[in-house]
Amino acid sequence: MPDYFNEMFDGSNVRMPYRGLDDWSTEMPLELRNLKQSEAEALFRRIGITFAVYGEGGSPDRLIPFDMFPRVFGAEEWRRLEAGIKQRARALNAFLVDVYGRGEIVKAGRIPAKLVYCNEAYETAVVGFTPPKGVYSQIVGIDLVRTGPDEFFVLEDNCRTPSGVSYMLENREIMMRMFPHLFQALRVAPVENYPALLKRTFASLAPAKCEGEPRIAILTPGHFNSAYYEHSFLADMMGVELVEGKDLFVEGEYCWMRTTEGPKRVDVIYRRLDDDFIDPLCFRPDSMLGVPGLMNVYRSGGVNICSAPGAGVADDKAIYTYVPDMVRFYLGEEPMLNNVPTWQCAREDDCKYVLDNLPDLVVKEVHGSGGYGMLVGPKSSKEQIAAFADKIRADPDNYIAQPTLALSTVPTFVDEGVAPRHVDLRPYCLVGETVELVPGGLTRVALTEGSLVVNSSQGGGVKDTWVMAE
Amino acid sequence: MRLSVSHVTTYRYDPPRRGMVQSLRLTPAVFEGQQAIDWRVDVPGGFRGAAFRDGAGDWVETVSLQGPMPEVAVTVQGEVETRDLSGVLRGHRETVPPVAYLRTTNSTELDPRLRELAGDALEGASLQDRLDQAHRLTSAVRDAIEYLPGRTHTGTSAAEALEQGHGVCQDHTHALISVAIASGIPARYVTGYLFVDDGNGHEASHAWAELHIEGMGWIGFDAANRCCPDDRYIRLGSGHDATYAAPIRGLAEGTGSETLEVAVKVSESSQQQQQQ
Repeated sequence: MPDYFNEMFDGSNVRMPYRGLDDWSTEMPLELRNLKQSEAEALFRRIGITFAVYGEGGSPDRLIPFDMFPRVFGAEEWRRLEAGIKQRARALNAFLVDVYGRGEIVKAGRIPAKLVYCNEAYETAVVGFTPPKGVYSQIVGIDLVRTGPDEFFVLEDNCRTPSGVSYMLENREIMMRMFPHLFQALRVAPVENYPALLKRTFASLAPAKCEGEPRIAILTPGHFNSAYYEHSFLADMMGVELVEGKDLFVEGEYCWMRTTEGPKRVDVIYRRLDDDFIDPLCFRPDSMLGVPGLMNVYRSGGVNICSAPGAGVADDKAIYTYVPDMVRFYLGEEPMLNNVPTWQCAREDDCKYVLDNLPDLVVKEVHGSGGYGMLVGPKSSKEQIAAFADKIRADPDNYIAQPTLALSTVPTFVDEGVAPRHVDLRPYCLVGETVELVPGGLTRVALTEGSLVVNSSQGGGVKDTWVMAE
Repeated sequence: MRLSVSHVTTYRYDPPRRGMVQSLRLTPAVFEGQQAIDWRVDVPGGFRGAAFRDGAGDWVETVSLQGPMPEVAVTVQGEVETRDLSGVLRGHRETVPPVAYLRTTNSTELDPRLRELAGDALEGASLQDRLDQAHRLTSAVRDAIEYLPGRTHTGTSAAEALEQGHGVCQDHTHALISVAIASGIPARYVTGYLFVDDGNGHEASHAWAELHIEGMGWIGFDAANRCCPDDRYIRLGSGHDATYAAPIRGLAEGTGSETLEVAVKVSESSQQQQQQ
């Protein structure tokens, strides 16, 4: 059994950021706790925040379990994290500008050409076109895990349209409603300006042809999408239109929105659908979700599409290995955040190592997400491991492997009281004219004792994430 | 050679559609092998919009139409002065790295038969001589797929065409792209026109492949005709496969039946005679 870093307790001492929460949790009678818990659930239901969980059956309107025990960072801890996250977000964007432009990093031999240019997420359709201010990924969601007081590792980068930020905002709101005295007694940095910052980020990236105040719209695949709640929530919070493909059309050099007062020009589109579906005249011809001709308007500077089509090549799991090199290459700095050591099954030596050590490793699909199609070696049976080994042998290029990390724990309310459970963190870094990070993020928690899988699609829960003000 | 092109594509809708947007790649490529003397693309009733040159060097235009729209005609009229460069795409400006064309699509996806075709074609070939390999692959594809219209459709993949053993230029091109990629040679789909001097209205819209040969650049290979493009060819645009390279990609709003009529005529221009 590895020794896990407990973020609240150092032996019997309460670590600094958590002071003030010890009494709160131990003095809360069980009855009150249960009352608060059902109150929280009622609030979540009333605001309608749900998350459809693929592959688990049951109701698509299931709530993600919310744990009331907050996850807390000290001001100094956060400052270091923030610097590392912003650094990484800048490097990822610099990489995208480069690989759709001159390709210097490839020419310099720092990253294999095929890995970039033959990548499924590399869009030849946007080669040579640079989006406004050279920003491809406006919202960079960086998944982090902690293994010690100063040890953070990046699990993966999400440069397309990372979801979950609505939980960051809702979790905070509900905590403030239920435990107002905690927020009076403790100085927790606010996160509620995130929608305003997001809007400012988009507005700063209006296309060249836009004059005046840019009109922003969120493009959703529709209410069947598992993240639809978030799309409509963000549109509300930002005060912008929520549209589907059929609400937009292309005419002349611009993209327009149908409204009761006639067509209105749209300047910035925050699209929450995949590249393939954006425009049937450029990508998949059978897509009914997008807007015909939109890519032509984008490529000629009439509209901005966020995240930029093709941004996915930066967050591919095979490219991930090279992100520390990107930081050095583009920024001339040493990376402040470390990668998890990663074996590429596409490499023969790595693949052999992976197959020989499956019981100790976590294996993921290169293009997978949401915790599907992965193997957690230490938690798998011999049969599961053998079956997975066959999958790797059949298509080694499709897999990467990482050591099983000793994820930190945070106290969590369980039936028996309070017990440590493993967590990760997804902060949302905004890249526009400036790079911004609200002090917080989404903490996901593996509610099952001993479990290291925190994905909400695999039954994980969420916590409010606090950053203490100085 | 000076070639004169007349190309009319007519879409008829029943019932009339509410509107349509088209993305057009109907302008001759700019390179040393050809020069447009005069070129017009017209879509009566259409509203011209976003136009730009993409990373592959193609000129892309957008046209939108408001309904009710019983029919839409896209008319191309022009003259192009061509030169025989033995298929070499010399002087063509583009920024997409050739390696990016080592990717297959649904239409060019490899299967064991295509791999076998590639392997057999290159048996005994010099590993260094990529040009020779390209010629061998071109012949092998043409030998394996007999020219026979009507047996395949626009959605037929390279693997399906090879299995049937029949096809048209689209199938030859998809198959050649597949086997080239299987052999590690970047390859893409090219559309254009072909002048055939046989006086019986031979299909003049054409497609062929371009293979990227290290040290020489992109070179055209027309498997259907077992040759490299010369001055009888006019090059429009390119893409990973027929869908992505299509000269006209359009989508009409609404539902109903659609019929398509294409009339293409490519002739040797009489311009020189008139000048005398």
